[in-house]
Amino acid sequence: MKILVAVKQVAALDEDFQIRGDGRDVDPEFLLHDLNEWDDFALEEAVRIKEAAAAPVEVVVVCVGPERVDASLRKCLAKGADRAIRIWDGAVEGSDAVATARILAAAARKEAPDMLFAGVQSSDQSHAATGIAAAGLLGWPHAAVVSKLEYTPGAQSAVVCRELESGLLHEVEVQCPAVLTIQLGINTPRYASLRNIKQAAAKPIEVWSLAATGLGAADVGETGSASRVRRMYVPDKGRAQLIDGDAATQALRLAQIIREFKAEAP
Amino acid sequence: MSGLLVIAEQRRGELRSVSLELLGAAQALRSAEDPVTVALLAADPQRFVSALSLPGVDEIVTIALAVTEFDPDTVEQAVAALIAARKPRVVLLAHSVDSFGYAPALAARAGYGFATDVFKVERVDGELVATRGGYGQKVNVEVDFPGRSIVLLALRAGVFKAPEAGAAPPAVTPPVTAFAAPATVSRAVGRKFIELSPADDVDMSTAEFILSIGRGIGEEAKVGQFRELADALGATLGCSRPIADAGWLPKSRQVGQSGKTASACRLYIAMGVSGAIQHLAGMKHVNTIVAVNSDAEASIFGVAKYGIVADIFEIAKELRRHF
Repeated sequence: MKILVAVKQVAALDEDFQIRGDGRDVDPEFLLHDLNEWDDFALEEAVRIKEAAAAPVEVVVVCVGPERVDASLRKCLAKGADRAIRIWDGAVEGSDAVATARILAAAARKEAPDMLFAGVQSSDQSHAATGIAAAGLLGWPHAAVVSKLEYTPGAQSAVVCRELESGLLHEVEVQCPAVLTIQLGINTPRYASLRNIKQAAAKPIEVWSLAATGLGAADVGETGSASRVRRMYVPDKGRAQLIDGDAATQALRLAQIIREFKAEAP
Repeated sequence: MSGLLVIAEQRRGELRSVSLELLGAAQALRSAEDPVTVALLAADPQRFVSALSLPGVDEIVTIALAVTEFDPDTVEQAVAALIAARKPRVVLLAHSVDSFGYAPALAARAGYGFATDVFKVERVDGELVATRGGYGQKVNVEVDFPGRSIVLLALRAGVFKAPEAGAAPPAVTPPVTAFAAPATVSRAVGRKFIELSPADDVDMSTAEFILSIGRGIGEEAKVGQFRELADALGATLGCSRPIADAGWLPKSRQVGQSGKTASACRLYIAMGVSGAIQHLAGMKHVNTIVAVNSDAEASIFGVAKYGIVADIFEIAKELRRHF
């Protein structure tokens, strides 16, 4: 039995970041990389299924990205993944969620897992599309925004709760193999122990070329994408009126705002 | 290739309000020759026809589904068949949990242009340009769709203006056409809805004054002092997602997209809340928002009327002295 977990290394912006010369992305010098928060929950869900299963289950993480994403894959290995695969080629640069999904779908065909998990969305670009796009390309059943999961490896179906808007859940029975996008809060992700971090540092990361997935350069990058970034810019945001001074002064002003509100209250 | 197709969204017998916002977006985007078609997918689509017979709607297409509630295979195949038959230039749908469940699969399979969480749509020199947020909403990203004759756009809720309620009905009622849904064997069958029952008696949607706490409080042991502060202020204690997920406060206290909307709130004090887009969806409409956060770059300051860049514990301690 095997669960494949698609993970992404996301980027947060450093203070005083700058837009790249061509105006289409942020200058990479100002990017701070880490494992996507949603993917931490997806991995944890897979590892828990493995730990609870009677039969052996292999948890494999796959990530599309250059060498720097190895750091995030090692984090996954330290948290319980058995194998890590990284797929990269210069042609992948500029891929959107759909082109990335094409690569992940190709990886899933090769690995033939019983389940493919992904995070609902990434914290940086927030497409909420990659996992379900991969499901479409694979032709697999799927469910998005899963906040509860009952699944026994090898079972014909899984019962999931889709977390809808406004505190409503929708219980769905999904045939397997399926693609599930996993929501925050489905579990509490573990911290990796120092020992596991050390062990993960020594584990190999399998590096696949694009050709190894059976895809060509035209399938990925801008040509393989459903959208293309033409411009990135810092919006003129409505800014809050700042209350300055020391904490006592700031709190005094806040107390006034609260009193004004109470005086107006009907 | 012509026209705009709007996919209206319904759940449990009710049209979701975002459906009307999609119509508003279609009106803003249409050019003189672009007819606007609204598709209604439901077990009984007729019941929504009158709600969508609005000025600017040129045609309503009803698709009677074999299922009563959303199922990704049924909806994807019905929408795919309609797009293949009508070949619209642009398809507008909601950036909603239901759309998350089928639109990416449809777009990837059919090779359509596709963008999600779009909050601005325009034509620039005839080309369709969509704007969305990037890097945790810190930048705006304009995307286009070179070489794609059909483009699917999932629009953010609460941004586009719905046609005025009570506006005069259209001079001519738009024609209603029935479109046959393809026979589908569903592989993800809905069994039931579950309401997250309130774990305490609070109803965030009726609270007028909310003190909300976020990840910035750091640890569960700190919750008590903010509960005590909220009581002293006469505020209802709310929170952002990480606090509810960690179980530090019940889910009924969570404000945001998957939690509650602060519908009746007029004063919202956010302490240690960074301002993720999902949280803002539940509170950004509040008249007076005060954000307290040690990170001057936190997104919450973008929607707040007043901002205090400071340690939340110090502000809480100082504020407590006044009440």
